[in-house]
Amino acid sequence: MPKITINDMEIEVEQGTSILQAAEQLGVEIPRFCYHDKLSVAANCRMCLVEVEGGPPKPVASCAMACGDGMVVHTDSDKVKKARKGVMEFLLINHPLDCPVCDQGGECDLQDQAVAYGFDRSRYNEEKLVVSDNDYGPLIGTVMTRCINCTRCVRFAEEIAGTPVLGQFNRGENAKVGTFIGELLDTELSGNLIDVCPVGALTSKPYAYKARSWELTKTETIDVHDALGCNIRVDSRGREVMRILPRLNEDINEEWIDDRSRFSYDGLAYGRIDRPYIRDKESGRLLETSWEEAFTVISDKLKGVKGDNIAALAGDLVDVESMVAMKDLMTSLGSNNIDCRTDGAVFSTENRSSYLFNSTIAGIDDADAILLIGVDPRHEATMVNARIRKNWLEKKIPISLIGREVDLTYPYEHLGTSPKDLEKLIKQYAGKVTAKKPMMIVGSGVFAREDGLEIHSLLHKAAEELGIIKKGWNGFNILHSAASRVGGLDVGFLPKEGGKGFSDIVAGTKDGSIEALFLLGADEFNAHVNIGWKSFVIYQGHHGDHAAQRADIILPAAAYTEKDGIYVNTEGRPQMSHKAVGPVGAAKADWAIIREMSEYVGAKPLPYNSQLELRTRIYKEWAIFKKMDEVTPAKWSGFFCKGKLSKDDFTLPVQNYYMNNPICRASKTMAQCAKAFTKQKELEEAA
Amino acid sequence: MNKILRAFFLTEIVKGFLLTLKYMFFVPRVTINYPHEKGPLSPRFRGEHALRRYPDGTERCIACKLCEAACPALAITIEAEEQEDGSRRTTRYDIDMTKCIYCGLCQEACPVDAIVEGPNFEYATETREELYYNKEKLLDNGDRWEAQLAANIAKDSGYS
Repeated sequence: MPKITINDMEIEVEQGTSILQAAEQLGVEIPRFCYHDKLSVAANCRMCLVEVEGGPPKPVASCAMACGDGMVVHTDSDKVKKARKGVMEFLLINHPLDCPVCDQGGECDLQDQAVAYGFDRSRYNEEKLVVSDNDYGPLIGTVMTRCINCTRCVRFAEEIAGTPVLGQFNRGENAKVGTFIGELLDTELSGNLIDVCPVGALTSKPYAYKARSWELTKTETIDVHDALGCNIRVDSRGREVMRILPRLNEDINEEWIDDRSRFSYDGLAYGRIDRPYIRDKESGRLLETSWEEAFTVISDKLKGVKGDNIAALAGDLVDVESMVAMKDLMTSLGSNNIDCRTDGAVFSTENRSSYLFNSTIAGIDDADAILLIGVDPRHEATMVNARIRKNWLEKKIPISLIGREVDLTYPYEHLGTSPKDLEKLIKQYAGKVTAKKPMMIVGSGVFAREDGLEIHSLLHKAAEELGIIKKGWNGFNILHSAASRVGGLDVGFLPKEGGKGFSDIVAGTKDGSIEALFLLGADEFNAHVNIGWKSFVIYQGHHGDHAAQRADIILPAAAYTEKDGIYVNTEGRPQMSHKAVGPVGAAKADWAIIREMSEYVGAKPLPYNSQLELRTRIYKEWAIFKKMDEVTPAKWSGFFCKGKLSKDDFTLPVQNYYMNNPICRASKTMAQCAKAFTKQKELEEAA
Repeated sequence: MNKILRAFFLTEIVKGFLLTLKYMFFVPRVTINYPHEKGPLSPRFRGEHALRRYPDGTERCIACKLCEAACPALAITIEAEEQEDGSRRTTRYDIDMTKCIYCGLCQEACPVDAIVEGPNFEYATETREELYYNKEKLLDNGDRWEAQLAANIAKDSGYS
């Protein structure tokens, strides 16, 4: 391992480390524009120049120069300072001085580094270059005149996003970044281009001119649009969420997030339920009411109704606390009919390992063969797809897919579409898999059918016979698509002994065996069409979406940016989300509504008066919540269920990526995206 | 002894009267007949705020929010949005004149000379609410005082 001296400090680094990385380890700052630690090295901005003693007689680009044994590097000698000043002056020659109207102003690398390392005046009096703008769709605004040709966006699109539609055209003064003719920047990761761009050439269109970075309140929290629990930062001003940015978490989302998580925030301002509503019996209209009246009506309706005839369903965006509170309320009402699997999935929940993403998301980096079953990771969990692509790019691992053929940004072998093909695969390869860490990723859609349990059993068989379960390696991965799902399964928001599951509950609303139905943010199953008219429906949620159309009573709840809560991601990692802004109107946090409701209905009020007390109850009963942000590995245990497998193809749970939950459906930006990116054919299929 | 004599002959009072007489009849007048007459103002005088326009009528302000950031009294509130023609303009520009300390940092920070503190100091109001200026009021001030504002900026431009 080479030993290198930087500014009189010695450090031993691994073979192949660049000088810039070594300096970073020492805490020595080297300015850079084109270097990004998640992207390949381009070395074209020349800002990271350093002086190497005994090396070439000119400054070298430290991002592209590997450390050699005995190298002596200076990062702040006069020569280096002069070189940086020169580079900075060249970069600013064609950069417009439009910082006051540029959205990057205040958080711009070029601005900061010009102050720190640049010259305080310009010697350039000729005309500046003007470059025509590009059309990157409804999310990304471009001002290409500001571009300094660092090519970070080109490398990001090619390497991370896997959509090689960006490139640099022409040379010298005419060099320009753009898309190849007729190509749309069709990737779910496009928002990251804005973060990657060191200047204001690529900016957020929905956020255009709205706010400055210094006036925003930053709240670190968790995303709920998919089941990964990506770490995000919500920037708010007053009561309004202004934008959402990713937060570094190497175990989950690295430093990216997908477009739905980033841009759907404007949905939080539209279509909100801001006060309780009650359905007028005669006109069928929803009328405004007070909390008290709403609760009184609920308690009147529930009087004399047997516990067996009451049910509760929890939706996709619900936090653990409210599910526990709802579960406790149902217990006190004497009901066993609760379910959180509103996609109609049926699978075994006895053992934690059979519904978790056991290898963890970071484990994808270690896998040397991946089998995808009935899953479209690109749209169900974009960050997982980016990981798989990263692994494929580095090691060219074999990837195969059973299920609907989709574009995943990397090549794979398509082995079939139905459970039959999986059986064939097991027969062919049982005991013959040579891969050391094979992995299988199963979409949540495969269980949303009548033979869900049989399929689960088949998957267990596949995992065991294909060497996916080994000592020290568990590659059996279920990729859920709802943020609340694993939390719900962990706290047992499932039908108890003799209780009804999702499909029976929905059927019960039609035949009258379910007289009252609580919907805890449950919107995802076309509630307005599927719920029968024989039961009294109490909907608690934040958007006037599907379920609100059918509900008899609507209770306004807080959205994910407006409450503290625990979410468990698909790996089984509990994470805490934090309140960024206050709830809209009379809305309250879900658990608080349930607690208040328990004063009116049920045997006696729930025994917690604060969220902390509720959490204490959760920590006591379920040990996994004691270790926040950590994955508690689940022990593998087999599962077998005898039954007949249907020949039907596997289906995908996410039909339209940009319209997948009530927040997205209320968002203007997402509607524009759906229009721009979703091909007409896909739309027809979804309808 | 001297002191007693001076006190006895009221010399100090006489001196005072003489001074009064001198200013009454022999020295040119120094007071002015406000509000009919006004004293001279420096081109840098920091009075009531105004938002200026370009000669073609478009607003100068580009919603960069530097004045808002510079304001030590947090008197300025700005909201902005992309306009139909794609330009960057404010949708709200409020100055709370009761908070303002007239330090002039806002006009110092402005890159386009849009927000300025003009020569007007006569804007006393009967109610507090009238001192919460909005964009309309500020632009109106700008239109009213433009000739003088432009002249003042031109006069001062050599010294920046």
